[in-house]
This record gives sequence, C-alpha cells and structure tokens, in this order.
Amino acid sequence: MAATFGNDGRFHRQLIMVNGLLPMVLMGFDAWRGKLGVNPAEFVTRATGVMTLVFLVLTLLVTPLRKTLGWNWLLKQRRLLGLFAFFYCCGHLLTYLAFDRDWQLGTVYEDVVKRRFIAVGMFSFALMVPLAVTSTNAMIKKLGGPRWAQLHRLTYYITIGGVLHYYMIVKSDATYPLWFAVMVAVLLGYRVVASLKKGKEREAVGVVK
Amino acid sequence: MKPISKIPSSEITPEETFLNRRFFMKTAIWAGSTVATGAVYRAFSPRSEVKSTGAEIAKVGESSFKNGLGADEKVNSFREIAGYNNYYEFSTDKSAVAAKAKDFVTDPWSVAVGGLVGKPRVFGLEDLLKMESEERVYRFRCVEGWSMVIPWVGFPLAKLLSLVEPKSEATHVAFETYYDLKQMPDAGSAGIDLPYVEGLRMDEAMHPLTLLATGLYGKTLPNQNGAPIRLVVPWKYGFKSIKSVVKITLTNREPPTTWSLANPGEYGFYSNVNPKVDHPRWSQARERRIGETGSRETLMFNGYAEQVASLYAGMNLEEDF
Repeated sequence: MAATFGNDGRFHRQLIMVNGLLPMVLMGFDAWRGKLGVNPAEFVTRATGVMTLVFLVLTLLVTPLRKTLGWNWLLKQRRLLGLFAFFYCCGHLLTYLAFDRDWQLGTVYEDVVKRRFIAVGMFSFALMVPLAVTSTNAMIKKLGGPRWAQLHRLTYYITIGGVLHYYMIVKSDATYPLWFAVMVAVLLGYRVVASLKKGKEREAVGVVK
Repeated sequence: MKPISKIPSSEITPEETFLNRRFFMKTAIWAGSTVATGAVYRAFSPRSEVKSTGAEIAKVGESSFKNGLGADEKVNSFREIAGYNNYYEFSTDKSAVAAKAKDFVTDPWSVAVGGLVGKPRVFGLEDLLKMESEERVYRFRCVEGWSMVIPWVGFPLAKLLSLVEPKSEATHVAFETYYDLKQMPDAGSAGIDLPYVEGLRMDEAMHPLTLLATGLYGKTLPNQNGAPIRLVVPWKYGFKSIKSVVKITLTNREPPTTWSLANPGEYGFYSNVNPKVDHPRWSQARERRIGETGSRETLMFNGYAEQVASLYAGMNLEEDF
C-alpha cells in the first residue's frame, strides 16, 4: 500500500495543485460575494504574503521529511511547492502595486529606498525570480544537478528575508512572524546539524583509512 | 514445479479489493486535505458578522456642530464600524475583536476623575448616560492608513471636566483604560504595556470637538468600540481616542502614552493627523477610506484644521509629531 502511494506521482501532483489553489479560489469566491471583511485590501495583501511563507516553509520541509521518514516521493513535488510560493508572492506584489501604490509604478523605487521592510521584501522577491525561471527539467539539465542545487539554496535567504519582512511590518504583536521564525530556524538548524554530522563521519572514515 | 511465491494464495489480496481500497484511500486523502485546507483558510479569514446589541440612548440632542464632510464622503455602516477594531486587550486582529469582546462586562462601570481638581468625583455609568448627549459625525483616521466616518453619540469632555473644577496649575489630562486579564485573556500577546494610557494637553481636552462618546448610531457603544465610554479626538490618529475609560487624572506634566512608550520614534504624544509627517514605516499622505476602492488624500488635522490649527501655532509639527 505504502509503496503504491509513494510511487503515485500524478496523485501527489494533483493533490498539491488542488490544495495550493484552494485558498486562492476561496478568496476569489469571498471577493465575489463581498465577504472579504471590512478592509479587503488589507486582508488580501496579508493572506497572499502569508501563503508565500507557508509554501516556502513547505519546500524547506521536504529534505528533513525525506531524511527522517524516508518520504522520498516528496522530492519530485518540491519544485511545484516552490512555484506556488512564487505564485502567491506575485499576487502579494500585485496587491502592493494596486492598493499601496495605486498603480503609480514610478513611486516604487522611491518607496523601496525609503522603507526598509519594502526593500527586504523586494529583495527576497527578486531572488525568487531566477529560481522560478530555472524550475524546468530542461534548465536542470542545462545547469547540471549540483549547480542547479547550489543556485536553489537561495531559498534559505529568500525565506529568512520573507519572515524578516513580515516581522518588520507588525505594529506590536509579533506572534505570527515569530512562529514562522521558529519553524524556519528548526528547518535550517536541521540542515546545519546534518552537515556537521556528515563532516564528522567523513573525518572518522578518513581516520580509519 | 517450484512455487513462484512463498505467500499462500489465500493471503493475496484480490485485484478488485486492492483497487477498491486504493480508491477509498485516495478519496479519503482528497476529502481530508481539502477540508483541512479550507478550514485553515476560513479560520484566518475575516468573520465580520456583527450584531447591534446597544440600547437606545435617551437624550440625544441636535448636533451643535456642522460635520463639514465633503459631498463625496459617506458615513460608514454599522457593520464596518463595529466589525473592524483596534482593541489590543482583546485581539490584535481587527476582525476578531468583536467576537472576543462579546462578553465584556461594562455595567456596572465607573470613571474616577481626580488629580489637580477642586472636586474629585467618581462617576457611575448612570451619571454619564444622563449627560445631555448629541450626535457628532466625525472622520476617524487610523495611524495604520485607513479611515472611516463615524456617527458618534456623546458629550464634550469639557463638560465633564467643568463638573470637577480643574485647578489652574493643571496642564494635562491623563486617561486610563480598564484592564483585567480575566476578561481580556489575550492581552498578554498584545506586545504593548497595559493598562492602556493616553493623554491630552489641557487646551486639547477642553476643545469643543473633543468628545466623550457613549454611543454609535444612536445606541450605546458596542464593546469592541470601547463601551461604555471612550474618548474621541477627531483631529488625532485613532489610538489617541482611548477606549473603555476608567480613570481621568489632571496633572501638571505631560503624561506617558502607551504607543509612544512602546515605540517613541514612531508615535509621539501629539499624534495629530498630518499628511506631511510620515510614519517611519509608511506614508501618511493618503488613506484608504473603508468601503472605497481607491485611496484618498489625508487632510491636515484630519480636515479639522479650521477648528484646531490655532492650538499648535508656533510649534514645529515635525518635531512634536
């Protein structure tokens, strides 16, 4: 049974597609029936931002889950999770341009320079673009596996930037950004510990030889 | 003949059962995951159903003040005013405050007025509701960049202060909000020191626009809007208009105020609405009027410059923000 589930890539893909799009669909439905709350602009801006962070955290969750639970099938779906993060981040950027900038695109540069949290957010978004562009099979082949993997480690910095961006805009109650910070710290901490262990094992093997 | 498999044929799942089981599993995963995703979305999306539970306010007189709203400015709906509140003692989520403040006890209530006054006095809720009230339609501009137009019911603060006879050495008025962790269990994560305190200069407090509001849309205040009595200072950012007041103290020095204690670089004592002085993290030049799609220009002193600008003559409003 487990083996069957683990091999069913099409099923995983559909599952992630539907669940990833569902919040977007529900938001659209709520917008259509006028149920996005008293300040829809604020809600949509925050929701798309949070969804970006959720998908970034999910992409970072793939490696620990593979290594600890052996869920190797997740690896095939990681690029899709990352693309969802990019998708919601584009939505987040659009809400900023529409509601915060009133489509006065000329004022964006000035705003980035003036407001540090906007600069941090924009920087993280800019780092996402090359990752989205290189997310195809052809690009992996072109770049070669190791180089591609190295490039996509930018995800670490993107996620840290995203959480920082969230923390910087909060007025006083930092509960949600701190939750994200803890999750990201655990997921990145896992990698640090894993690489330290690997280093030691290599050393040990070296000594025996 | 060698057996192909060591598993006895009786233990092999027939293909049909296997496929059925897989179909069942997939269906369960589909249903479980989409319901969970939908539920998480719902939990974090605004629920702004608010009920009007206020009682009629007995004596509401004609407004002594022309509201001065532009032709394009509409009064916001009760749902908007009572469904979107900054009341950090209950929640930092503006859409969640109404539900969290639902059972807040506002009767009995008393407001202790003291300090540098001739006749200190504790006003019971009955006394306050007996004061001759009138409707005042004011713009309300939040420091976060959104705004509303609100039909308050109340009486000038000056009226209450005259009853306690302020001493001549009193220069400022300090206010304090009710605070009780039992009734406000989420107050611990507000990120600001509580109880909430605010303050005004004496001339600001005595200004005829400065209101003690006891109602909204002709009825007593909903809990989430600061029941049973709150301050309304229409030319200042909303956080100056302290809610659920229990204490008013006249002093001879500038009193501490919650937001300037929390972040002195971002929130000053005066906090007058001023499109020319930006918040360090966002512009204050424009605002989003709740209910409108575009944004509109923020007016100097929130549109009340004619009435209040003289209070600040000669002051540098960029320093005294």
